[in-house]
Amino acid sequence: MQFGIFSVGDVTADPTTGRTPTEAERIKAMVAIAQKAEEVGLDVFATGEHHNPPFVPSSPTTMLGYVAARTERLILSTSTTLITTNDPVKIAEDFAMLQHLADGRVDLMMGRGNTGPVYPWFGQDIRQGINLAVENYALLRRLWREDVVTWEGKFRTPLQSFTSTPRPLDGVPPFVWHGSIRSPEIAEQAAYYGDGFFHNNIFWPADHTQRMVELYRERYAHYGHGTPEQAIVGLGGQVFMRKNSQDAVREFRPYFDNAPVYGHGPSLEEFTDQTPLTVGSPQEVIEKTLAFRDYAGDYQRQLFLVDHAGLPLKTVLEQLDLLGEEVVPVLREEFAKGRPADVPDAPTHQSLLKAQEVSVV
Amino acid sequence: MKLVVVSAGLSVPSSTRLLADRLAAATGRYTSVDVQVVELRDLAVEIAHNFTSGFPGRALSAALEAVTEADGLIVVTPVFSASYSGLFKSFFDVLDQDALTGKPVLIAATGGSARHSLVLEHALRPLFAYLRAVVVPTAVYAASEDWGAEGLAERIDRAAGELGRLMEGLGSGSGAGAVRGADVADTADVADVAQAADASVAVDTDTAAAIAPRSLDGALASADRFTVIPFEQQLAALRP
Repeated sequence: MQFGIFSVGDVTADPTTGRTPTEAERIKAMVAIAQKAEEVGLDVFATGEHHNPPFVPSSPTTMLGYVAARTERLILSTSTTLITTNDPVKIAEDFAMLQHLADGRVDLMMGRGNTGPVYPWFGQDIRQGINLAVENYALLRRLWREDVVTWEGKFRTPLQSFTSTPRPLDGVPPFVWHGSIRSPEIAEQAAYYGDGFFHNNIFWPADHTQRMVELYRERYAHYGHGTPEQAIVGLGGQVFMRKNSQDAVREFRPYFDNAPVYGHGPSLEEFTDQTPLTVGSPQEVIEKTLAFRDYAGDYQRQLFLVDHAGLPLKTVLEQLDLLGEEVVPVLREEFAKGRPADVPDAPTHQSLLKAQEVSVV
Repeated sequence: MKLVVVSAGLSVPSSTRLLADRLAAATGRYTSVDVQVVELRDLAVEIAHNFTSGFPGRALSAALEAVTEADGLIVVTPVFSASYSGLFKSFFDVLDQDALTGKPVLIAATGGSARHSLVLEHALRPLFAYLRAVVVPTAVYAASEDWGAEGLAERIDRAAGELGRLMEGLGSGSGAGAVRGADVADTADVADVAQAADASVAVDTDTAAAIAPRSLDGALASADRFTVIPFEQQLAALRP
């Protein structure tokens, strides 16, 4: 099982000091966080993609390429890559290039984005969000799998004898996850292709995540990719830890209360009760995270959100130390217990390359 | 049949709740009903939280489910600033927009003066028309003076009779205008998914197939309102 972190890339004032980091500070902090993730033994770093303030990561493969040069083992991913407003041709090119630079340590997560105005900025319409995700992704798959593509669709100019360069590393396209909080069409799309399905799992109660994951698993089996238990599932999570539970609550509360997205709403206590957010000791994080398996089944990837809402870099790095030293080793051990042998790990470049070689022989 | 009463009254005792109770009792004389009352006052904080956090808390979730599964609704709001109260509107803002499709709804309001009685026609009726509910022709407005005057009881009775008869006619679960999905290739598979999606809810596959008219042809809704369009169909629809 893979463990990692995913970042939204928000530039938010620290509510305890009132100071807002500069864009440069935030971007460099994201890089430092990614490097730290590898240093403490995590497997994955994923960056969001946004095209409006207060977010900085508009250019994910630029950032991930930089991180690739400074890491050895870390898998570089996205959370999410906007399959709706990005040209699928550019996605095909950017991520193939990143694959070569990172020696295959690359996968990506498709998402639609949820902010109306972003779509017209890129010549699209949010009302076509699902259709854009369907058509653009179908084209992206062909661009990675066929050397010469002639194509015509609804949302993009036609392609005549087009070759996307560079070709994917070793002829193996990056593994793709599809992220969606509430759209069953996306679970259906992931299942159809046998791709991974990632549920952000942060903002909504567990029973909702459970229904989305079950839908994906059933449809994955329906399309003949394996049993429902063999489907490739990723989950988000959100934690804030201190050795002592009360210290964690006291320190995190102002960040929670003022957080973008859910701040100024339910109390910290209500939110931790109703969603996967855990604020407490490493042991509490371990217990709550292990319980994800109760409703999502044995799964392949766990990403934590640790760097938002204005938390200072120093605090975030301390969170990563706790994750790496105290939480993830226990989770690896515990999640391995009782895991059926035929439940696969998340595909990597190496495993996909091996599978390709076997199928050619 | 399940009759759910949504009351947006704020005071205790509340004339809004009083009108709601009288309408519910009157409806019971026309058709056999199990009445459940949803007091929005008790859900006010969870409704506000739903706006900031994006999901309903437990009590609100139960209320939304009750309204969604009702065979008929009575909705009553006090008139605030020439319209329904903000709390009343907020409840229907967080309700799934397909939840009331084809559902009989009796609209009613209370106010300090009869001069606001057309609120029912210019505010409530368009709201429930948007939600594709079947709104009974008689709407009931009770101003302060109506509680001591003749006529209110007759209007309550007429509206309740209309609601009762509509519930008898529409409340069987296969609402008017529903699209049968039986000719979709993998109806059975999707019904299976629906079943798997929430084992605690017995899935009526007829209802799952008789999807909300808002959905595209061939789409199937599971018990928890997930709609699945088989992917090949989604893809085929985009071919130039």
